[in-house]
Amino acid sequence: MEMLIYNFFNFEIMAEAFPLLLRGAGQTLLLCAAVIPLGLLGGLIVALAARTRRRVLRYAVIAFIDLFRAVPPLVLLIFVYAGLPFAGLDISPFAAVCIAFLLNNSAYFAEIFRAGIESIGAGQTEAARSTGLGRLQTMAYVVLPQATRNVLPDLLSNSIEVVKLTSIASVVSFQELLYSADMARSLTYNSSPLVMAAAMYLVLLWPVVRILSRMEHRVGQ
Amino acid sequence: MAAILEARGLWKSFGDFDALKGVDFTLNAGELVFVIGPSGSGKSTMLRCFNRLEEPTDGSVMFEGVDLMNRSVDINLMRRRLGMVFQQFNLYPHLTARDNVTLALRKVLGKSRAEANEIAEAMLDRVGLGDKADSHPGALSGGQQQRVAIARALALEPSVMLFDEPTSALDPELVGSVLQVMQQLREAGMTMVVVSHEMRFARAAADRVIFMADGEILEEGTPDKIFGAPEHARTREFMQEIGQ
Repeated sequence: MEMLIYNFFNFEIMAEAFPLLLRGAGQTLLLCAAVIPLGLLGGLIVALAARTRRRVLRYAVIAFIDLFRAVPPLVLLIFVYAGLPFAGLDISPFAAVCIAFLLNNSAYFAEIFRAGIESIGAGQTEAARSTGLGRLQTMAYVVLPQATRNVLPDLLSNSIEVVKLTSIASVVSFQELLYSADMARSLTYNSSPLVMAAAMYLVLLWPVVRILSRMEHRVGQ
Repeated sequence: MAAILEARGLWKSFGDFDALKGVDFTLNAGELVFVIGPSGSGKSTMLRCFNRLEEPTDGSVMFEGVDLMNRSVDINLMRRRLGMVFQQFNLYPHLTARDNVTLALRKVLGKSRAEANEIAEAMLDRVGLGDKADSHPGALSGGQQQRVAIARALALEPSVMLFDEPTSALDPELVGSVLQVMQQLREAGMTMVVVSHEMRFARAAADRVIFMADGEILEEGTPDKIFGAPEHARTREFMQEIGQ
């Protein structure tokens, strides 16, 4: 029991590692602030492109969605980070994570937006078009506001997944929360920093999970 | 009288099914034309081809002297001159009654929010809903929703109003308020095409009644003629079925 507490809940070591982990958490938040909006925007564009009447573009978009939903994000990230330099593109870990996440998240967010758009009846589009609104105007002012509201819980849920997934950025030496915790672990030969990192993820995400749960409850009613 | 809307040889196919089989239709300015017929006869499809919500497979539609089938025509600009009212109202549920009316005023006609609001309130007043401007559609009865939908179309100052079964989705006690608004429009001289089963209203208000079946216009004439002395057997059959 004492060993367990010493190795996993060692407050002395936690206090020592705290500044490092706090910086890591800051980097995690920074990463989220970049990749979640990028993913949302990318997903929206992909979802709209999937509705094009041009068959070639539509198939290309479907292929994009299938591909990046099937490729494991970690594989994708390593491929981008380690592979692009061979193509003469030297990129920072941060940029590599942004690119890999953009590709992966766009595919997932696109599917959510697509479901949202399809949940809006054709009558809404017809009414808007009958008043002279164009295709894009109809999408922007009539369909998307309703569609987004319908899939808000799914968008939020996926965003939470993205926050958790940012921990894979540690494999390309981006110093986010997990990377910092693992560094502290190897410096102290003690696992307590990892426990603290887990606790910090919890503190970060628990309020959002709560909100999501309430939202899903309301939609279910 | 001058034709304001003229369709020639209108044909619409959905796969193997021909919904319209070469319909010729002329609408004169100031006229109220009623379109009746069994369900699936192509009435709504014809109406929807007039503003190209449904793309005709073949044929021509001339509106205010403009060939709507011409690729170079800005259909969005023409559509605002062809107001349309739907069976299911199709109000935007996320917007208030006022914003339902102002959306196209602002985004199509480029009016300022203040100007658009003023028009919207006048239009809602006109359909008897001046006090509901801030209500969302979900808080309105079906009859009120349909009147907001009429105000939304009217705000764009159309020269023709197309009504696609405007009272079919309403509870019987709410039909009257919508018909009353349509009657007022009629008295104000609006040119209208109405697809509807409200035969009493047709008798009272229509200048001309068109009977359609199987994608064709079988007979047309004054209400007295169509309701009183229909020539075509299908028309007589239909009148019997609906108890006229």
